[in-house]
Amino acid sequence: MSLSAAPFDAAAAARAWRPPPLIANPWLRWGVYLGALVYALVGIGTVEVNWTRAAEGLERGARFLAGFFPPDFVTKREDILEGLLESLTMTVVSTAIGIALSIPVALGASRNLAPLPIYLFCRGVIAVSRSFQEVIIAIVFVAMVGFGPLAGMLTLAFATIGFMAKLLAEDIEDIERSEAEAVRATGAGWFSWIAWGVLPQVKPRLIGLSAYRLDINFRESAVLGLVGAGGIGDTLNTAFDRYEFDTAAAILLVIIAIVLACEYASGWLRRWVQ
Amino acid sequence: MTPDARPLLAIRGLTKRYPTGDLALDAVDLEVPPGQVMALIGPSGAGKSTLIRCVNRLVEPTAGEVRLDGEEITRLGRAALRRARRRMGMIFQEYALVERLSVMENVLSGRLGYTGFWAAWFRRFPRRDIVQAFRLLDRVGLAHMADKRADALSGGQRQRVGILRALMQDPALLLVDEPTASLDPKTSRQIMRLLVELCEERGLAAIVNIHDVALAQEFARRIVGLRQGRIVFDGPAEALDAAALTRIYGEEDWSRTIRRAEAAEEEELA
Repeated sequence: MSLSAAPFDAAAAARAWRPPPLIANPWLRWGVYLGALVYALVGIGTVEVNWTRAAEGLERGARFLAGFFPPDFVTKREDILEGLLESLTMTVVSTAIGIALSIPVALGASRNLAPLPIYLFCRGVIAVSRSFQEVIIAIVFVAMVGFGPLAGMLTLAFATIGFMAKLLAEDIEDIERSEAEAVRATGAGWFSWIAWGVLPQVKPRLIGLSAYRLDINFRESAVLGLVGAGGIGDTLNTAFDRYEFDTAAAILLVIIAIVLACEYASGWLRRWVQ
Repeated sequence: MTPDARPLLAIRGLTKRYPTGDLALDAVDLEVPPGQVMALIGPSGAGKSTLIRCVNRLVEPTAGEVRLDGEEITRLGRAALRRARRRMGMIFQEYALVERLSVMENVLSGRLGYTGFWAAWFRRFPRRDIVQAFRLLDRVGLAHMADKRADALSGGQRQRVGILRALMQDPALLLVDEPTASLDPKTSRQIMRLLVELCEERGLAAIVNIHDVALAQEFARRIVGLRQGRIVFDGPAEALDAAALTRIYGEEDWSRTIRRAEAAEEEELA
């Protein structure tokens, strides 16, 4: 192969080498950067800020916050406790029902397990469940079954299905194919195959997501009360309506404490299942 | 061997064309008598993996027939196919153990074809199966590892568990896909020796896909060479010479690869 060509100059090649950019085409690359910059400038320009109104608002906000102190846990103790228990019940029941229903939907929404028609149907269920914010679903359920925690429970269970099924299906689509194939090769039936070849692989994710959803559902349950779907949110709403800001502050503190507790518990749980 | 010598596995005109248009198998004919350990060699992409997966229909063949003990596999319905799969144990390249299950669960999963769903779900296997599993684990020196998670094992140990899972099916035929591809040379030999021993003990036939020609010659008496979906060599291990290897893999200096076989021949002559 000794041709007359000059020997390869590695040093020169090294000087000329550049790491490949994110977008190969320079016109497109600079176009995107410039476009983003212009958009940001124009965007900032269109926001009208009334500085005097903002200054007034600060003062008003400060008065509002001052009303929160000191938080009053005692006067409405029973209302708070009742709302809290209702919220917790709603959360636990809706999470359990939601997860139970989300598993079959997730299996159906995994392209590597389900035939196309079932896949499309389950993806449709997920899309419907995810396209509406909880508050909107709650309004519908309140209209259907009346005020109270049942509507909240149905809302959270419905929202849980979309959330869990989508993320779980993603994990199922990422399973180690060979492990599932090996279980199929033993002559296992479909359900045994799922139970032995698929579920063990997604179990940590399933448990982690469940814990996460439990804490989301509790937070949502506090919001749902505002549209009459029961729980601690109802109690909070009432407190605001009656200008009992000290009680409202107490309720907010309780919510924060429980969310923090959920957060720590789910973190610990996820480490443990890993 | 039985006097009528009916093949355990008879493949006729087996063809597989993938949806991409690739012809992986081109009218393959192959017979495997009971109790024979056969090595299937060939370059990557020759269709070795596809061939054994068409036998238990993890891959659906496009045409041709596969008979196991006279039963035509390619026409079976779902339930009958599952029953037929129980008679074909499969062993995989990267072990394909379910990593999050224990060693014992992985071994017992070989019985799933015989176990109802609820029993499988609650891990309630018949005592007989559990005794059998412990016997096998003891046979390969892993009884003390029964409750370890599969991903805590070394490569050689995992492949042993993979072999036991296949044996638990009480198969007549083993389909073995590159059993040593991820193992070091010493462990590879141990695994191949174990496979051959177990096949002899139990009178099992095996099709072993293998990359390592020397290993194939050492452990299998019959070697089948596959190239571009066609069988281009079928004969005893000793008959695999440079010409045959060229037919299977293409032009290359094979003198060092087959040295072992020739050295043995020279010894015999001396």
